[in-house]
Amino acid sequence: MIIGLDVGGTHTDVVLLEKSGPVKNVKVPTDTSDLFSTVLKGFEKITEGIDPKKIKRAVLSTTLTTNAIVQSTVQTVGMIVIGGPGIDPELFKTNDHYYSVKGYIDHRGREAESIDETQIKEISRKLKKDGILHVGVVGKFSARNPSQENRVYEILNNNFEKIFLGHQISGNLNFPRRIATTYLNAAVYPIHKDFFEAVRSSLKTKGLNVPIHILKADGGTMSFESSIDYPAQTIFSGPAASVMGAIATAPDSDVIVLDIGGTTTDIAMLIDGAPVLEPLGIALGGYKTLIRSLKTKSIGIGGDSHVRVEKGEIKIGPERLGRAMAYGGPVPTTTDAIFVLNEDNSNEFEKAKIAVESIAKELKISPIDAAQKIFDKACDVILEEVEKTVRQINSQPVYTIHELLDGYKVKPTTIMVLGGPAKEFAIHLEKMSNYSVGIVHEWKVANAIGAGLARTTCEVMLFADTQHNIIAAPEENFSEPVGSHYTKNDAIMQATDLLKEKALKNGSSSEDFEVEIIEDLEFNMVRGFSTVGKNIRVKVQVKPGLIHGYDPIGA
Amino acid sequence: MLRAKNKTGLVFFPAFDWAIDPTHPEREERLLYTQDQVFEEGLFDIDGITEYKPDLVTEKDVQRVHMCVPDVKRVTTNSHFISAGGAKTIGRAVMEKEIDCGFALVRPPGHHAMRVVHGGRGFCNINIEAIMVEFLRKEYGIKKVAIIDTDCHHGDGTQDIYWHDPNTLFVSVHQDGRTLYPGSGFLNEFGGPNAAGTTLNIPLPPNTSDEGYLYTVENAILPILDEFKPDIIINSAGQDNHFSDPLTNMNFSAKGYADLTSLLKPDIAVLEGGYSIEGALPYVNMGIILAMAGLDYSNIKEPNYDPSRLSQSSSVSGSIKDICKDVLNVWNNRDALRDKIRGDGKFHERARNIMYDTDNIYEMQKEKIMICDDCAGSIRIESSSDTGHNLFGVHIPVDACNKCKEVGYEWFETGKSGSFKNTLLQDRSEDNYLTS
Repeated sequence: MIIGLDVGGTHTDVVLLEKSGPVKNVKVPTDTSDLFSTVLKGFEKITEGIDPKKIKRAVLSTTLTTNAIVQSTVQTVGMIVIGGPGIDPELFKTNDHYYSVKGYIDHRGREAESIDETQIKEISRKLKKDGILHVGVVGKFSARNPSQENRVYEILNNNFEKIFLGHQISGNLNFPRRIATTYLNAAVYPIHKDFFEAVRSSLKTKGLNVPIHILKADGGTMSFESSIDYPAQTIFSGPAASVMGAIATAPDSDVIVLDIGGTTTDIAMLIDGAPVLEPLGIALGGYKTLIRSLKTKSIGIGGDSHVRVEKGEIKIGPERLGRAMAYGGPVPTTTDAIFVLNEDNSNEFEKAKIAVESIAKELKISPIDAAQKIFDKACDVILEEVEKTVRQINSQPVYTIHELLDGYKVKPTTIMVLGGPAKEFAIHLEKMSNYSVGIVHEWKVANAIGAGLARTTCEVMLFADTQHNIIAAPEENFSEPVGSHYTKNDAIMQATDLLKEKALKNGSSSEDFEVEIIEDLEFNMVRGFSTVGKNIRVKVQVKPGLIHGYDPIGA
Repeated sequence: MLRAKNKTGLVFFPAFDWAIDPTHPEREERLLYTQDQVFEEGLFDIDGITEYKPDLVTEKDVQRVHMCVPDVKRVTTNSHFISAGGAKTIGRAVMEKEIDCGFALVRPPGHHAMRVVHGGRGFCNINIEAIMVEFLRKEYGIKKVAIIDTDCHHGDGTQDIYWHDPNTLFVSVHQDGRTLYPGSGFLNEFGGPNAAGTTLNIPLPPNTSDEGYLYTVENAILPILDEFKPDIIINSAGQDNHFSDPLTNMNFSAKGYADLTSLLKPDIAVLEGGYSIEGALPYVNMGIILAMAGLDYSNIKEPNYDPSRLSQSSSVSGSIKDICKDVLNVWNNRDALRDKIRGDGKFHERARNIMYDTDNIYEMQKEKIMICDDCAGSIRIESSSDTGHNLFGVHIPVDACNKCKEVGYEWFETGKSGSFKNTLLQDRSEDNYLTS
């Protein structure tokens, strides 16, 4: 059995999954000031009366690191960046104790200027004196040649508890994002580590000695052990949990997933059963990062969105001023309109009617018409944003003629909805659009199911430069000499091997190892009028999805 | 947080799957290291810098500028439609005020492509700036356009297309044609009888450095632009004046390009040549983009940049000074020069032989233009090439007067009954393009 646990803003969902399907789920309130006890309570309740030996793994999606970043309660760290010529690295300053130092690696990975070891030693002393325990080291083009970062590491080592190196964080080229991402990893490291060590030992004392996996923002998981080196990968996994839950019942075509909550609606997109990812990484709390993440768009429309009339027009959200008036809240909301339309004569209906009547009066129309208008408007805004999202995905730049002319264009025909008012929204969205709109199966716990059954994901970037006789994947600490006959296919095979190794290390099982080639480029390097070598770039990933052997729906 | 002062749009289209041939300078690898640099520096993440996916131009967009022989499809590939489309995308975004300025970093280039196209010359098949300009004129009604061509090679294609257009100021700054392809672009090439002085050539001596280029911009180009008062300024931003370029002999640097860009303040820049793909392009493109966006570029420099080695001799400085003076002379005396070319006739004729080095085609061309004070004048072209194709083409300008229009249609009718395999009417005034 597997436990899936998703910490949300107001409550935490936990589900117990057998191979044949989900067998039990519980909900506990989230105490944001004490996530540890929230998580433990969730585990206690879900395992009540269950033999702990039957549980094979637990997957957690938490808001721990996200909250720490957004609320700036992260630890003080030191940063050393090796910028060289280009945009002034001071402009990418993430924190105090940020030092821009001498040294430069160029785009081919050649050292153009060496680092100054005396300078590094001096900074090391200062950081130590300032009580810094965790340091990030980032060089421009370190994803091509990590030697300068490694040299700085050797000089710093022994003096600090943990040092994060930029080239180990991501193989993607983007120096400012590499700086921000390395910083975030160093900054959330202690909270992440303390939290999960505490969780693990508490579970152990309860007889739950199972591997713990952590959900990442890209809808995949990694083992707790691997997460120690990449703690920032755990940020913003909430939307990923819901979307992975929706995958279980989504058709294989292009699908829009809408998670309609109290304050916001999150829009995500699936292509062929896999979520669409951000091209580079997530942006959170003012940081643009290289943290792989689902592409989601959050808009300020939800069940509790404040509804009012402005200049004769209905306005909805983006603020939430409290719950719906139907539930005793202070102002009219979308949910109140839904109650009026459902006309179930419940206690809530009566209160909702009062809410909608106030809007109706201002518009000089009947309450039913007003409720209809409010709901139409909410659906309109959502559909408009859906169109925008699709347009945006299709207008992502590409760099080959082939992709530009024949590249895949997403054309979703299905929307899957989850969240509190899912049912009402599904019916109405279908009426108002050409989409077929469905409700995610068991949507109330789909997020926890999604977390529980998400695959281990990772990616590997490999480049070969046969003029310089090298293949390398610095992120994987891999480099080897190659001859001039090395081809793109060799590179793809090599990258796939590295990916497999990495996936297994991160907690994947080999049956869930589904490889996707994201990029495979090969260039003849010509100098003068003769070919001097090949420049090959390959990027492969484990396709995000659900693990095999577990039925996410069951009977 | 980094924020662009000017909202800047970029089309980056390196066409990683297209080459003229595998070892040609215009090959897949050309913008690879520029991409690496631009990505690694995080340029597309800067607030106020937006990356656009290029649109494709239509066949009509091409016909608005070119007379293709035998037809558009047979002298172009998809890559040309995308490259011109990239320029068009930026042009449109500027006109729609989505951005203040923009840079189309596209390939293949276009500035050697003339009005008549039998094939590729100087790596160019269709003129991507001209296609953009004529699209903008049609769609947004702009009139006066300045194209400043800072590629190291003379922009002979753009010169040809706007030779007779008094509303397009074309200035080409390049390495002296006696020392470099295409061997033209001298001071005495200053436009046709209806447009004398709105074509200007500034041939610079080999070994011109940053100092000489910036001197030319400040002392010749900017004063002329001030007087011409264009609606938009376009920079054909070739990057082969760089000290590391393998095809040329100049000493321009990335910082120099950035300085030039901030002086010129183009609304739209379009990449042209530049074949030092590792030593120059990554840094020059960074410099141009940052300068357009109004961001600090003082820390952009090539790893092997040594200004003392690149400084220009006093004799180079002296001749640049003289050339700038001569250019201003041409500009200031343009009315007198026009009268001199016109003479007393109603028409003006010229005959030329044009070499298509890229496709190895040889063209012979005769051109006749109406001398006109009311419009740019209708043009009649007879062209034949050693491919066996020939053309009788008529161009009616966008602002054509009734008389020129009438003559243009008469010519077209005569042409149809003549011996030419292709007869073509390019009526810009009605945006109508006919072949028979």
